[in-house]
Amino acid sequence: MSETIRSIVSAVRSGARSAVDVTREHLGRIEAREPEIHAFNLVLDDAALERAGEIDATVAAGGDAGPLAGVPIALKDNMCTRGVPTTCSSRILEGWRPPYDATVVERLAAAGAVIIGKTNLDEFAMGSSTENSAFGPTKNPLDPSRVPGGSSGGSAAAVAAGFAAASLGSDTGGSIRQPAALCGVVGVKPTYGAVSRLGLVAFASSLDQIGPFTNDVADAALLLETIAGHDPADSTSIPEPFPALMPSLDRGVVGLRVGRIADLPAGADPDVQNRVDAAFEALAKAGAEIVDVTIPAFTYGLTAYYLIAPAEASSNLARYDGVRFGLRVPAADTNAMYAATRSAGFGAEVRRRIMLGTYALSAGYYDAYYGKALKVRRLMSDDFAAAYSQVDVLLTPASPSVAFPFGTKTADPLAMYLCDTYTIPSNLTGHPAMSVPFGTGADGLPVGVQVLAPALGEPTMFAVAAELERAAGGAR
Amino acid sequence: MSDRITSEVVAKVARLARLDLYDAELASATEQLSDMLEHFADIDALDLDEVEPMTQPFELVNVMRDDVPGRTLDRDEVLAEAPDPVDGRFGVPPILGTEP
Repeated sequence: MSETIRSIVSAVRSGARSAVDVTREHLGRIEAREPEIHAFNLVLDDAALERAGEIDATVAAGGDAGPLAGVPIALKDNMCTRGVPTTCSSRILEGWRPPYDATVVERLAAAGAVIIGKTNLDEFAMGSSTENSAFGPTKNPLDPSRVPGGSSGGSAAAVAAGFAAASLGSDTGGSIRQPAALCGVVGVKPTYGAVSRLGLVAFASSLDQIGPFTNDVADAALLLETIAGHDPADSTSIPEPFPALMPSLDRGVVGLRVGRIADLPAGADPDVQNRVDAAFEALAKAGAEIVDVTIPAFTYGLTAYYLIAPAEASSNLARYDGVRFGLRVPAADTNAMYAATRSAGFGAEVRRRIMLGTYALSAGYYDAYYGKALKVRRLMSDDFAAAYSQVDVLLTPASPSVAFPFGTKTADPLAMYLCDTYTIPSNLTGHPAMSVPFGTGADGLPVGVQVLAPALGEPTMFAVAAELERAAGGAR
Repeated sequence: MSDRITSEVVAKVARLARLDLYDAELASATEQLSDMLEHFADIDALDLDEVEPMTQPFELVNVMRDDVPGRTLDRDEVLAEAPDPVDGRFGVPPILGTEP
């Protein structure tokens, strides 16, 4: 069921399998299990089959069908698709059809991918379980009584369930890595600016980054190579060429220094910590040197993040005012219309974060909250820089626990926020990090080990991730 | 900064954010925001006086491009998604004169 991108591309390009057949197989699995899982807000069956037919025609005519020829890929529903509804799982954008494609969508199309659907998420990517979706939660395909993680839970579940060969998510505080860990797939948050954010609906602009979900590490490398690279239309896009990743996969870890964070905040469940310990052992056995480092600011990441991200969100989400797109609740004057629209259109968590962000930015509180958080962000960056002068990568849990049952954290926002403890720092610093499945923990559910690297350190990060995958017996 | 936030402040923040809160919501929002701010007081222990704020992961420079005409979004396609398109523009309810 979990077929790699590479095997699909090779079969489609050689003519051994048609892209239409590949798409039909995935649509068949969607038909069978999507009513239970709810990974998608929208399945693009007709458009996908039409696109697959075009790929097959290109192959038949002897043309180059692209590096992702015929690969069914799902998109998180906060990435703009021209003429195709893009909701962010919010009532305020329900039915809205963007007038342009996100840059990643254009790049996938140019590479021969088949967009198979738009996946469910926590509303505006705010959450860690998809329970904040206005259209109902996504179930974890490995145990439907549990969450898939979030906010990109639909994208993670779509890959885990075999609905798509790969998917894209967005990661502002862990929204790719945590659901990847909980669903047992690979998930990558690239270096900030590596992948264009044009057409990604903004949550927190200094933290947001698009990245892949895949069945294995090599697929993630291939997909990231395809979507990364400079985009003149995104002013935060890195101008330099993105490094090649595929050559790193067989590098091994001999001579690499892998950091263990001695003062990492407590909170990981013992079953998760056991797997991280085993990952260190596996890397040491494969020739890496394990080095203890300290990152004193790590423990303050949660506070810095939950002030900075809501502050940026409160500004970004000001555009949903019922004037230009999406929902409008009629009222006698514009001010009343704004408030009526926003109150009806935004769910509880989004309203909560807008309020928190507005407060943190408001006169009299700015210095005490937002201003301080920005300074903690600097400490975080400095502490990581010091650590990376001693090591090449760091290893932590991706999530403090395996997938948890529905409803266990919804009553207490702070309990949900703690899911992001280990993933947040990489967003604050802009560094890459990824989650790699590394065995199972409680109830036989997957555990993800997080590999962290400095800015544009993706080649080394992928070398380590590939080694972990080999050690876990997951390489294909 | 760990003083509990009052419902008056929360009501004011809601107005600034253009959100209507029902009375019951106001009470729970006040409670939740207070709990969060209490948790966030952990950074009060840090000496941050000499620390430069960091707004972006990497230093950004302004990006300029040549001022040449190019394709823009299609007006009809954009307005087709607006709640109330009027004569090629975005229609809105009255702005002045209805609120005391």
